[in-house]
Amino acid sequence: MAGSTADASAAPTVGVLALQGDFREHIAVIRGLGAEARPVRRVEELAEVDGLIIPGGESSVMDKLSRAFGLADPLKAAIAGGLPVYGTCAGLIMLADTVLDAIEGQQSLGGLDVSVRRNAFGNQLDSFETDLEIPEFGDPPVHAVFIRAPIVEELGPKATALATLDDGRVVAVRQGNLIGTSFHPEITGEIRFHRHFLDIVRGASA
Amino acid sequence: MTDSTEGSIGTSRVKRGLAEMLKGGVIMDVVTADQAKIAEEAGAVAVMALERVPADIRAQGGVARMSDPSLIDDIVASVSIPVMAKARIGHFVEAQVLQELGVDYIDESEVLSPADYVNHIDKWPFTVPFVCGATNLGEALRRITEGAAMIRSKGEAGTGDVSEATKHIRTILGEIRTLAAKTDDELFVAAKELQAPYDLVVEVARSGKLPVVLFTAGGVATPADAALMMQLGADGVFVGSGIFKSGDPAKRAAAIVKATTFYDDPKVIAEASRGLGEAMVGINVADVPAPHRLATRGW
Repeated sequence: MAGSTADASAAPTVGVLALQGDFREHIAVIRGLGAEARPVRRVEELAEVDGLIIPGGESSVMDKLSRAFGLADPLKAAIAGGLPVYGTCAGLIMLADTVLDAIEGQQSLGGLDVSVRRNAFGNQLDSFETDLEIPEFGDPPVHAVFIRAPIVEELGPKATALATLDDGRVVAVRQGNLIGTSFHPEITGEIRFHRHFLDIVRGASA
Repeated sequence: MTDSTEGSIGTSRVKRGLAEMLKGGVIMDVVTADQAKIAEEAGAVAVMALERVPADIRAQGGVARMSDPSLIDDIVASVSIPVMAKARIGHFVEAQVLQELGVDYIDESEVLSPADYVNHIDKWPFTVPFVCGATNLGEALRRITEGAAMIRSKGEAGTGDVSEATKHIRTILGEIRTLAAKTDDELFVAAKELQAPYDLVVEVARSGKLPVVLFTAGGVATPADAALMMQLGADGVFVGSGIFKSGDPAKRAAAIVKATTFYDDPKVIAEASRGLGEAMVGINVADVPAPHRLATRGW
């Protein structure tokens, strides 16, 4: 599925899962970087993209809707087939192999060899913004907004940490064509994660 | 905040950010922990904890206040999606209490009896974000000036009649379109007419949208109602009495969630609308005498 319709010379097409959440912000960032972006709510739409972003939102709602409308299994198959996927916040939860503090019956798509805890910092009163040093991106630091954010509690051997808080807790990971962040670059004007993701998408569809 | 993390809490970005994450979702009124679990199970993006749904407040009359803290604790403990709770307009102590209880959002709501007929709550000093109702753009901008991090059009709560919700969302978005078409030299008078700060008026005119998320509320009772609000341009939907005053709340709630996501797909809306049982009984807004209209509370 990944890259099946892609012309390597053309700008890649990135889908943004648009079941719920801040998908418009992701679409704007991707378009700002000169690539095509379109919302994905249906299986047919998934087949037309070279990469997918799973936005911030409520993971339990995305899970229910993706299963109710038959997207979950094709998404899992696409991830297994190498489709590049970037998940922010709820998107990170959707990509985690194991979800802690899930609601009853909640499932994730999986793909990232990590255990992610929902609402790991507490309620909205504990939501915060801070600067993160990310060696891969250099200066300036990434300004990160954490909103009822999840955390990567266990990092499996296949996944690599991209960013940690000062206390060492992991808040961004990469594994092959998958990226997950606990925070929301899409609402702060931070474009480096999306640019990095587009590089992965171009590499995968070349 | 977790002690070992250096960061800023309660900033505008953090407050407005949570509302951004609720977009495309349905926020449901609940009065018990059991109802909260049903709402979460049905796909609510957040729940609004209150003592009586608007339809009962309307039927029973009397002064409607903030809920009992124990009830809010029970609801907070029962779900992992965000929990909102209502404070009376201008009642900053109820808001202090709700913040203390750890709710995720406070609704300074006309559905409760106002505590101050002149001033709304100064929402800036709070760490917890606020959502406020509005019937027009000027009202929305005044609430944002006071620190609201999210706006919902008011509609007429507890009626099951969507007509006021339609009117208010159309009014707000229509006034934004009008503002965006104005020349710079017309914005001074526009600010005067909207009774809103000039800088905020300029910001809306330039961006063509509010600086915060805009949901809609007040009278939404069916999947088609929710989709109507989304097609009109709302970012998401509050459903108050419409769910738990209906015949089959779990099924109706799940159907409204589906129709909100696929708001532009009549096939999905048709499927979601099948066999939902009785909708809430409903009152035509035209039959509600003016003194009993909730939308006129707040200014």
